[in-house]
Amino acid sequence: MAAANPLYDFVTHLGDNALILGHRLGEWCGHGPVLEQDIAMTNIALDLIGQARMYLDYAGKLSGENRSEDDMAYKRDVMDFKNALITELRNGDFADSIARQFFFDQWNFLLLQAMTESSDETLKAIAQKSIKEVTYHKRWSSEWVTRLGDGTDESKEKIQRAIEDVWMYTGELFMSQPADADLIAAGVIPDVTGLKAAWDEAVKAVISEATLTLPEDEFMQDGGRTGFHTEHLGYILAEMQFLPRAYPDATW
Amino acid sequence: MVESPEHIAEVWKVLFTVEDPEIPVISVVDLGIIRDVRDEEGKFVVDITPTYSGCPATKVIEESVIDALNEAGIEPFEVRTVLSPPWSTAMLSEEGRRKLKEYGIAPPADESTDKMALMGEERQITCPNCGSKDTQMVSQFGSTPCKAHFKCKDCFEPFDYFKCL
Repeated sequence: MAAANPLYDFVTHLGDNALILGHRLGEWCGHGPVLEQDIAMTNIALDLIGQARMYLDYAGKLSGENRSEDDMAYKRDVMDFKNALITELRNGDFADSIARQFFFDQWNFLLLQAMTESSDETLKAIAQKSIKEVTYHKRWSSEWVTRLGDGTDESKEKIQRAIEDVWMYTGELFMSQPADADLIAAGVIPDVTGLKAAWDEAVKAVISEATLTLPEDEFMQDGGRTGFHTEHLGYILAEMQFLPRAYPDATW
Repeated sequence: MVESPEHIAEVWKVLFTVEDPEIPVISVVDLGIIRDVRDEEGKFVVDITPTYSGCPATKVIEESVIDALNEAGIEPFEVRTVLSPPWSTAMLSEEGRRKLKEYGIAPPADESTDKMALMGEERQITCPNCGSKDTQMVSQFGSTPCKAHFKCKDCFEPFDYFKCL
């Protein structure tokens, strides 16, 4: 990719968010606290991987290099990934994964809602399809924040700590790139900065019902969209990309 | 081959024989996955749409459709995946709903109940085994992406509910 390609960048960002968070949730398979929640997390993982396929298929076409969805997932290195940092954070305990999911789902829902109005037919179709699934995700993670927060002393302490740990990675979701401006003006992509107020309101409503407190605004870490990741992403890729790198073009 | 309305109907007839791999009693036509069959310049085009984005059955269904059309000697044809309009449980046929229930899967509730469910309201799902309305959701996420997990408080049987999308 030599020339600037803002739409490729944005679509890849959304695809990588779904791919990496889907992979993280997939790591819970067989490790969930109870069977139903193990199944819930892997179901959500499946939805996200499906959404990642749609985005990355489109991004591959936008790349100008005729890349397939598999090329996009398996043949890029850390610096080429554009996912928000929040999606690559380690699973930690159940509360850590719930806090991460809750903040992301609330954002993803608002983003998709705005994107159902996109002037780009493909993005519009992906958004219309995905928002139905993400509505279920958002409901599930919000219910768990409430249940853990308004649960036992131990569950409350854990979810409160998790919320404080993840908080610094939420700001990045509302930062747009300079190259986004033309696409926003043309109605192709939503302006993520404009989603913040609705997100704050939705998040605060759940946090309050859960008898929890949000951290005061503080330093927000960014970098994901421009390829500056936490140390965790390399480990994810090492596992996820091992097979296609060791056995290129392997088929079943 | 010269296409005509009869030929299009022939293709639909073949598609009716293709079953959903996860729910083998229901045809992919009843499931609402086949969105359109048409003639495009002498070629049959079959549009299919995935139920859930990540549904692993989508690929199997596409292959089954191709196999069935090949077997029936229908040519030339092309199977295309379309995303818009997105699949919804409203696309399930009446026949599909009836077969789901017979198979032991509670069919999706009507749309008004669906909207309530998404707002966090309780929905009333009938047990496909004994017909009781005294049922309880165990988990929104069930054995496949399209199903939620319920239990009946009268006959105590667990059952799948084909959830609204």
